[in-house]
Amino acid sequence: MLELIDLHAEIEGTPILKGLSLSLGGGEVHAIMGPNASGKSTLAKVITGHPDYRITSGGIRFEGRSILDLGPEERARLGIFLSFQHPIEIPGVSTAEFLKAAVNATRRARGQPEVDAAEFLRLARERMALVEMDPSLLKRSLNEGFSGGEKKRNEIFQMAMLEPRLAILDEPDSGLDVDALRIVASGCEALRSPERTMLVITHYQRLLDHLTPDHTHILLDGRIVRSGGPELAQEVEARGYQWVRDEVAA
Amino acid sequence: MSTDAQDLVAERDEYRYGFVSDFESDTLPPGLDEGVVRFISAKKGEPEWLLRWRLEAFGRWREMQEPHWPHFEYGPIDYQGISYFSAPSKDAPKSLDEVDPEILATFEKLGIPLHERAALAGVAVDAVIDSVSVATTFKDKLAELGILFLSFGEAVQEHPELVRRYLGSVVPVTDNYFAALNAAVFSDGTFVYIPEGVRCPMELSTYFRINEANTGQFERTLIVAEAGAHVSYLEGCTAPMRKENQLHAAVVELVALQDATIKYSTVQNWYPGDKEGRGGVYNFVTKRGRCAGARARISWTQVETGSAITWKYPSCILEGDGSVGEFYSVALTHNHQRADTGTKMIHVGRDTRSTIVSKGISAGQGQQTYRGLVQVGRRATGARNYTRCDSLLIGDRCGAHTFPYVDVRNGRATVEHEASASRIGEDQLFYLRQRGLTEEDAVSMIVNGFCREVFKELPMEFAVEARKLLEVSLEGAVG
Repeated sequence: MLELIDLHAEIEGTPILKGLSLSLGGGEVHAIMGPNASGKSTLAKVITGHPDYRITSGGIRFEGRSILDLGPEERARLGIFLSFQHPIEIPGVSTAEFLKAAVNATRRARGQPEVDAAEFLRLARERMALVEMDPSLLKRSLNEGFSGGEKKRNEIFQMAMLEPRLAILDEPDSGLDVDALRIVASGCEALRSPERTMLVITHYQRLLDHLTPDHTHILLDGRIVRSGGPELAQEVEARGYQWVRDEVAA
Repeated sequence: MSTDAQDLVAERDEYRYGFVSDFESDTLPPGLDEGVVRFISAKKGEPEWLLRWRLEAFGRWREMQEPHWPHFEYGPIDYQGISYFSAPSKDAPKSLDEVDPEILATFEKLGIPLHERAALAGVAVDAVIDSVSVATTFKDKLAELGILFLSFGEAVQEHPELVRRYLGSVVPVTDNYFAALNAAVFSDGTFVYIPEGVRCPMELSTYFRINEANTGQFERTLIVAEAGAHVSYLEGCTAPMRKENQLHAAVVELVALQDATIKYSTVQNWYPGDKEGRGGVYNFVTKRGRCAGARARISWTQVETGSAITWKYPSCILEGDGSVGEFYSVALTHNHQRADTGTKMIHVGRDTRSTIVSKGISAGQGQQTYRGLVQVGRRATGARNYTRCDSLLIGDRCGAHTFPYVDVRNGRATVEHEASASRIGEDQLFYLRQRGLTEEDAVSMIVNGFCREVFKELPMEFAVEARKLLEVSLEGAVG
């Protein structure tokens, strides 16, 4: 359902992705691991259409069509969701106001009826429970003054509301304590479905203990250099990345 | 016609403009001299004292210099190229039924269906088109409570003693160049009087509209709240597109006596000019309130999205002990718009308090200045001020400037000032777009969030209108 074909991308003239190819099937969970600065977050931003990144060659196909010409909002409306590593604060805009607008923009694009305030609130309460989020956060300004854990849970809650076809989770575990990690991971696991493909970017095995991937890939210097099953993640956890570097160099 | 007016007409016979033969016509030819002032006064059938007041103002105006302190340049205003009186044809109607359907249709386009809006929202609307009040609703209901809500012209006729007592008591004719000009040539406006202890049961609202090309609008608003009275007043302004610059120089005076509250809200959407900065309204307005009694409260809320140039500083003179002044402002400048706006809080009495929240948004090549004065006098022991001044920039060709003046002459006063300037970040936009919102919707959401503190001060229906206005005004600001 997602094909990345020999993708080259740069930011301000600096190449980051250097011939990345990856194929995700429907309903699969793929984990991407890699050392810092290997291009993991860039990959997430390139798929979702961040304007700062320029694709110099290669392609991205989503459900059979190229999405390179689509803006971020158009990709979002096709069902591509990014859980941000660093969620953004929007002062003065309540989480509810923002999310209701997002849900309805998505629904309109899909030809579904918009939700009204009451229905939105009902859905929101139900899905906040998935990540044990306090409903009072709906009234607060989006991410403003949220703790690190609240911000991350808010991302997964948004995913639950927007029901994406493809969810890209960019380090959903970073900065979380053990309890929050468990909540976020089990929230993701609960949203796992044959209708939903997930691309999980992480540094640590501990997230994958809760959210077992079908496939694991190692990203090194802008390319996928190793692919395997869940055991590859365990190997990285145990041995780090140096052996991969050595093997690639050999 | 009163004897005074007949005398004036006779006097004018000698004038080279030949006004007498034109007396039935509705628009004066462009130009300004003493004859014009006399013509307006006569046309309104004003008493002698008011004519003298106008003439004094006109005399002083001629000796004054146009102020140029704003942080931008503007071309010379040709005061002789403006027509100072224009009215829709025929006499002012007595009721809505008599209002020209064309005029009502115009109001519909502006989103103020008089009938529905008045009936459903409980808003009494005093509609002003080109200087003359054309419709007043709810007057009778208000009259039962002793509330006066009249066009200025009517008030002069029906309650001359009240008008005479308060007119110019807050903004004297010599206050500034534009206030003096207004005093000389104002053609109509609104008068509100709330008797002692009465709480006005509805929002009072006036819609001003500049209709004819080359017509300056010089309206005057005077609101008096007697002891313990309470009133909320809404003012909306909009003007059609014109290639020429139009001058708008209004004066608003508020008087709040002991324990009285006046809340004054403005949504200003005069024509801002086109994308290249051609045309648009020059909006030079003097607004000031006087908290004359103890614990009186005056609150200004303004949303300024229109005009090529905005120059206004709604202010409060806090005379009464424990009186309160507030200023909540959102000003937006896009394309080539210029705004120099802010407030003056003059603390005279003890324990007086003031709050200033100013939100400036600049987009395109818009330039925006906050200019504020907090003055604490010798007697104002225990005075407190809180000022917060935030600027939001969209794009890299616009500007925001802040000139806060503080003048404290009492050691036991507290003055706080906070300021911030931020740019709408690519990261914020990307976050919202990633959730399916268009770039324009994302900008408008961020801007609305930025303005929230001010919007919540507006009455509900105005808050909705203000949001829509910001959206419309920001069209094309990104991308």
